[in-house]
Amino acid sequence: MRNKYSIFSLFKNALSDHENWQRAWKDPAPKKEYDAVIVGGGGHGLATAYYLAKKHNMQNIAVVEKGWIGGGNTGRNTTIIRSNYLWDASAGLYDHALKIWEGLSQELNYNVMFSQRGVMNLAHNLQDVRDLKRRTHANRLNGIDAVYLNTEEVKKFCPIINTSQDIRYPVLGGTLQRRAGTARHDAVAWGYARGADEMGVDIIQNCEVKGIKRSGDTIEGIETTKGFIKTKKIGVVAAGHSSVVANMAGLKLPLESKPLQALVSEPVKPIIDTVVMSNAVHAYVSQSDKGELVIGAGTDDYISYSQKGSHQIVEGTLNAILELYPIFSRMRVLRQWGGIVDICPDASPILSKTSIKGLYFNCGWGTGGFKATPGSGDLFAHTIANDEPHKLNAAFNLNRFVSGDLVDEHGAAAVAH
Amino acid sequence: MFLINCPYCGERDQQEFKAGGEAHIERPKQPTELSDNEWAEYLFMRKNIKGVQFERWNHAHGCRKWFNMARDTSNDEIKAIYKMGEKPPTQ
Repeated sequence: MRNKYSIFSLFKNALSDHENWQRAWKDPAPKKEYDAVIVGGGGHGLATAYYLAKKHNMQNIAVVEKGWIGGGNTGRNTTIIRSNYLWDASAGLYDHALKIWEGLSQELNYNVMFSQRGVMNLAHNLQDVRDLKRRTHANRLNGIDAVYLNTEEVKKFCPIINTSQDIRYPVLGGTLQRRAGTARHDAVAWGYARGADEMGVDIIQNCEVKGIKRSGDTIEGIETTKGFIKTKKIGVVAAGHSSVVANMAGLKLPLESKPLQALVSEPVKPIIDTVVMSNAVHAYVSQSDKGELVIGAGTDDYISYSQKGSHQIVEGTLNAILELYPIFSRMRVLRQWGGIVDICPDASPILSKTSIKGLYFNCGWGTGGFKATPGSGDLFAHTIANDEPHKLNAAFNLNRFVSGDLVDEHGAAAVAH
Repeated sequence: MFLINCPYCGERDQQEFKAGGEAHIERPKQPTELSDNEWAEYLFMRKNIKGVQFERWNHAHGCRKWFNMARDTSNDEIKAIYKMGEKPPTQ
C-alpha cells in the first residue's frame, strides 16, 4: 500500500532529511503476457492505464515507454489548459478533460499544481474579432465559460499588454476563459504513474516497440527491446511517433509529424498572472511558478523527427511577444527546445479503433494535447475496455477521413492550441 | 533549419522555401470512379516516415519553382534533390 502524501508525511520526511520517501512507482521487468499494453508513457498513455485500472478493472496491463516517462511532449509543452473550442464535438472533449483537471490533484493524491488563472485569446483584426465573438457564443451554448473583452478590458485584465492602436497588430479585443489555466506537466505524468502503479499496472521504461505481431486482423503481441510481450489489445499513444508505430502494423494514418518549439526566460518576479495567447501573430506567454516566462512558438512546415526547429520560427514569435509586451525587451532566454507533434489535417485528435481488432490509436493531438490529458486517458480507456468509443470521442474516429465528417478546428478555434 | 540546394538557384537558407509534403502522390486518373476509401487514401493518408522520405519543396521566396527532395527526417539531412517529373533516386 502506497503512503498517502499529506502535510504530515511532508513534515515526517523533513525530519529524516527527505531520505526515506517511498519510491513512487516500481521498475518491473515485463511479464510474458498482459490483457492490454499501452505504447507510450507520456501523460496520455499513463492516464489511459490509470483509468483502465481504476474504472474498467483491467489491472493486468503494462505501459511501455522507449525513454523515461514524461520525457517526451509531456515535459516539453507550455502547459496551457483550456476548453474554449468552437465545435460541439471538441467542446465536449476538451471540457470533459477540464472538469477532471478540476479535481485531479485530490483524485491522484498528487499535486499537479492546476492553476485556473484564466486564458485570454487576443484579436488583432476585424476578422479575429468576429471569429472570437462567434466562438464565445458557441462556447456559452455548450456550457463553457467564456466572455468577450474589449481593448480596455484586455488592458485591465493584463496591464502589461501594449494596447496602443499604432502597433503593427493592435489589440482590438479578446476572449477570456476564467476556468482555464496551467498545470505542472511533469507532475501530471508522475501522478498518473504513481496512481496506475499502485493499482498494479507495470510501467516499463527504456522499452522501445520494435514490431507489432498480428495474425490476419487480430493482434497477437508486441515486439520490444525487452522481448516479446503477448497481448490481445494494444493502445498506441505515441504522439509524434504514432505513424512509426502504425507502419509496424501496416497501417497508414492521416498524420504529419513536425517540430514545435518552446522557450523559457530567466526567472523574474510575478509579472503576468494569466495566460495570454495570440493566434494571429502566433505568440503565447504565461509565467511559471518559478518565475520563468513560458513562451510557445509555432511549428515548422516540414516533416521532421529531429526535435529541432528552425531559428526563424522562434524569432518570429519573439518579435510578436516584444511588440505586445515591450516590458520584456531586456529579458534573456534561458532554454529553448523542440518536440515532435503529430498533426491531423483537421487539427483534431484521433481516439479510435482501427481496422485491426485490438489495435487502438490515440494520436493527432498536434500542438495542443496537454490540456486534454485526463479526458483523453479516460475516453481512450473506455474505448479500449469496451471496444467501442465513448459518446464524447465518437466523432474523433479514424473513419472521419473516409466519411468526410471532419472536426475542422484549424482556423475556426485557434491555430495555436 | 538547414541549407537547401535549389536546382535552379543554388544553395539557399531553408526559410526561403516552403515544404510541400510527401512527393509522388499521384492524382487519381478517374476521380469519378473512386470509392470513399480511395479518396481518403489520396487526400489524407500519409507515410510520415522517420528516415529517408521523398517530399516536395517550393522555392517560395526565390524562383518559386517546385522540386523534389530525399531527406532523412530523423536528422534533417538532405540526401538528394531532383526535379519535378524525375524518378526518385534508388539509393
